[in-house]
Amino acid sequence: MTESSYQEITQLLCDRLNSIANTDAQITLETNLISQLSIDSIKLLNLIMEIEDTFDISIPINALTDIQTVGELADLVYKIKSEA
Amino acid sequence: MMNLLEKLDASAAARKALLPNGVGAFGIPIEEVYSATEARIGDRRVLLLGTNNYLGLTFAPECIRAAHEAIDKEGTGTTGSRMANGSYFGHRALEREFADFYRCGSGIVFTTGYQANLGTISGLVGPGDTVLIDGDSHASIYDGCILSGADIIRFKHNDMVDMEKRLRRLGARVETTLIIAEGIYSMLGDQAPLAEIVRLKKAYNCILLLDEAHSLGVLGETGQGLVEKTGLLEEVDFITGTFSKSLCSIGGFCVSNHPQLEQLRYVSHPYIFTASPSPATIASTRAALELLRKGSDLRKQLWSNSTQLYSRLQDAGYVLGPDPGPVIAAILDTPQQALLLWQNLLEHNIYVNLILPPAAPEGKSLVRCSVNAAHTPEQIAYVGDTFAKLHDMVCSNKP
Repeated sequence: MTESSYQEITQLLCDRLNSIANTDAQITLETNLISQLSIDSIKLLNLIMEIEDTFDISIPINALTDIQTVGELADLVYKIKSEA
Repeated sequence: MMNLLEKLDASAAARKALLPNGVGAFGIPIEEVYSATEARIGDRRVLLLGTNNYLGLTFAPECIRAAHEAIDKEGTGTTGSRMANGSYFGHRALEREFADFYRCGSGIVFTTGYQANLGTISGLVGPGDTVLIDGDSHASIYDGCILSGADIIRFKHNDMVDMEKRLRRLGARVETTLIIAEGIYSMLGDQAPLAEIVRLKKAYNCILLLDEAHSLGVLGETGQGLVEKTGLLEEVDFITGTFSKSLCSIGGFCVSNHPQLEQLRYVSHPYIFTASPSPATIASTRAALELLRKGSDLRKQLWSNSTQLYSRLQDAGYVLGPDPGPVIAAILDTPQQALLLWQNLLEHNIYVNLILPPAAPEGKSLVRCSVNAAHTPEQIAYVGDTFAKLHDMVCSNKP
């Protein structure tokens, strides 16, 4: 895995979150999914399915328990993609 | 950061925003129950279309008599768990009867249907294992998976292409994967594509658990559920279900031909650390199971009522769940429309279930009817006519 792979993941997440949260606000790695973007559990689970399909990986939903920010979600996806 | 109590306040505020003016759609007070189809809510005598009393057996004389006799003979409760306090004759007899009903080697009775899934799933899988579940699974399945510590992977509801894709991605981990599906899904009333699930389960060499909570008593000649309707009983590894719907009591079960099922009694916390079902509960369940097994006439009536109401609502212009059946969900565009329909039905003395996001799948808002075999043709016609009368008023309501 490379730096560009990580950037690819963060770019995808930011694009999709902008669409799902229906906001033009700047989304950064520090942006909180719940308190700042109001991403509820259903939206998050649907986003996870999209990410799984994009990268052909499996993301267990119980791995999301501790995820609060975009950066933490990107780190999780990157880790699983690296191990795949 | 909010403290613990402030978090509950925030949750209460969100609920109040959805249900203004003190509307008590959830946990509605039922003052008196008159029969399998009628009760009193406030000062209204209402038609019950919001129960899961599919065969209409809540007042079956055989079940009431059995419960009375059990209380007289064995008292009101067992006062403890089966592990510590012992298994009564009735517990063991009911387990044998369920195993016999499903032609399985053994069966286990749990204190609630919720615990049947919690206990079976958490007993079968653990950390390092995987559960592959339908996205519309009941909370008891999600909670059982979480309790187990296994990795939880969802597939899109009833989407077998999606399911196979996720099985393939698991690679060697499929060897320790449990697939879970439901006979009838409680929100939209649709059935699992069991033949295809079984094909994939065999192709990938997984274990399959099917929850027949809503399909027990409803599907199949003798009421076994989807396994009987599809002729796939032998292909499903574990079957769970509840007593609280067609069997009109409370409790749950798991049956299997795998002898390892018995080990669940020693590893499953939801089985071990809870009081066992009361004698009256077990006795009425045993009586109801006997009625269910020979209840093909009740099932015919149930399906006649269900298809009649489904067609009437469809003709009236409602968007419904995909499969006709006893669970009939009208899918509304907004929570406000669903609430408006629910309130107006109650004003017409009809009680149904209101289901708002996030409880319903895909953020849908539902008004759900549960039909039963005891509903008369006149009652079904009245419900259908009332839905039809309200359609334009409700659906023209835009935010």
